[in-house]
Amino acid sequence: MKKIVIFLLIILFSYSYSAKIYAYSSDPEQFINELVMDAIEKLSNKDLTKDQKADFISEIALENVDINALGLYTLGEIRKSSEKEDVARYQSIFKLYFLKSLTSRLSDYSSSKFEVTGAEKKSSNYTIVNTKVIPGSGEPEIKIDWRVYTKNPDKPLIRDLIVEGLSLARTQKEEFASILSSNDNDINNLIIKLKEFVNN
Amino acid sequence: MIKKKISQFLLLLILSFSILSNAKATEECFEDLSRSVFKFNMAFDNMILEPVAKGYNKLPEQIKKGTSNFTSNISTFLSIPNTLLQGNFKQFGHATGSVIVNTSIGILGFFNPAEKIGLKPHKEDVGQTLAKYGIGSGCYFVLPILGPTTVRDSFGLLADTYIDPFAHITLRENELFGVSGNSLDYYSVRGTNAIDFRSDNLISFESLEKNSIDLYSSLKSVYLQNRENKINNSDSSQAEWENLDN
Repeated sequence: MKKIVIFLLIILFSYSYSAKIYAYSSDPEQFINELVMDAIEKLSNKDLTKDQKADFISEIALENVDINALGLYTLGEIRKSSEKEDVARYQSIFKLYFLKSLTSRLSDYSSSKFEVTGAEKKSSNYTIVNTKVIPGSGEPEIKIDWRVYTKNPDKPLIRDLIVEGLSLARTQKEEFASILSSNDNDINNLIIKLKEFVNN
Repeated sequence: MIKKKISQFLLLLILSFSILSNAKATEECFEDLSRSVFKFNMAFDNMILEPVAKGYNKLPEQIKKGTSNFTSNISTFLSIPNTLLQGNFKQFGHATGSVIVNTSIGILGFFNPAEKIGLKPHKEDVGQTLAKYGIGSGCYFVLPILGPTTVRDSFGLLADTYIDPFAHITLRENELFGVSGNSLDYYSVRGTNAIDFRSDNLISFESLEKNSIDLYSSLKSVYLQNRENKINNSDSSQAEWENLDN
């Protein structure tokens, strides 16, 4: 009986934990605000281990970042001329690469203040949400714009982060373009490089 | 004879400049050489710039803020002639007002009272001014110590030293309003500016280094995007994103 109660408690806890992660607003501004506030709360939680924080980041990214579209964007024009199977293989390794890179970037998070400062609807598909982060260390504030994909108005997804005017997706795309151009524009060579990064 | 040679040299320079500036910024001038220079710059950064920047970061916040304000105020001198050349009179007012207020009330620029009264000058250089006149960026390459650049920006970098009032009184050792200096003053301020910039970007750079498969290309992208933003103040990637679903 005791085991059943514990099991039910775990289920209940897991449900409320994941429900809290995924229940963000469909309004782009609210969506970004709630998501970042949630992330700040978790990443500042000293009771969570580094691995737990990394798991949380991965979950939140898988649910709220359009990793497939980001992968296609960063692949550039070669996505149109490559074999479908190769693109699919690239997509699956890109997802692992993205999550590893993201968790590595956020694992050493230090407390910051976050504020949504505005939003601009670019088209029916995209809204740019403007935010600023004020580091606790007294360093200058950082402007971050979020490219939110709103084709499905009920489920906004993040497609890019523009930090002080620098698009992370574009930086990634140009890095991949350089790797491809020095490897005969062969997608397989890019896949090998991504695998090396993921496995290191 | 010497005059003829100078004219020929200038003609060649202008010709090379106009040919090279037709290339797109994403095109490399000489990638292999640039990658070698980049390796040298990274070694320089690892051995000198990064450790100094880490040490600088340990200084009390007020000293760091004051130093940052001081070098930023001196950089604004260069914006004055450039905003004028660009015909941006609003920014000319911001730059001139900011320099006057910060150099006097702000005690040589260590404090930034200009910001409190709404003066927010943009940093403008000759490279940006040339871009406003429609001159293309030209191909991309890496300079030793100075880092990433393009044909237009490297030409601008040289031209900056001729129209920058601070360079005028230090590098050229001329007198302006009774003030003069020497080249050591110029390089000290530029060096401090580089350390201040590096210390502000320690974490971002480390993260980029750790997560890049090809750091050379990532930094090239960051440099070119930054220059584009300074020149255009616009987001050119919208069309690319819209095309993604087609």
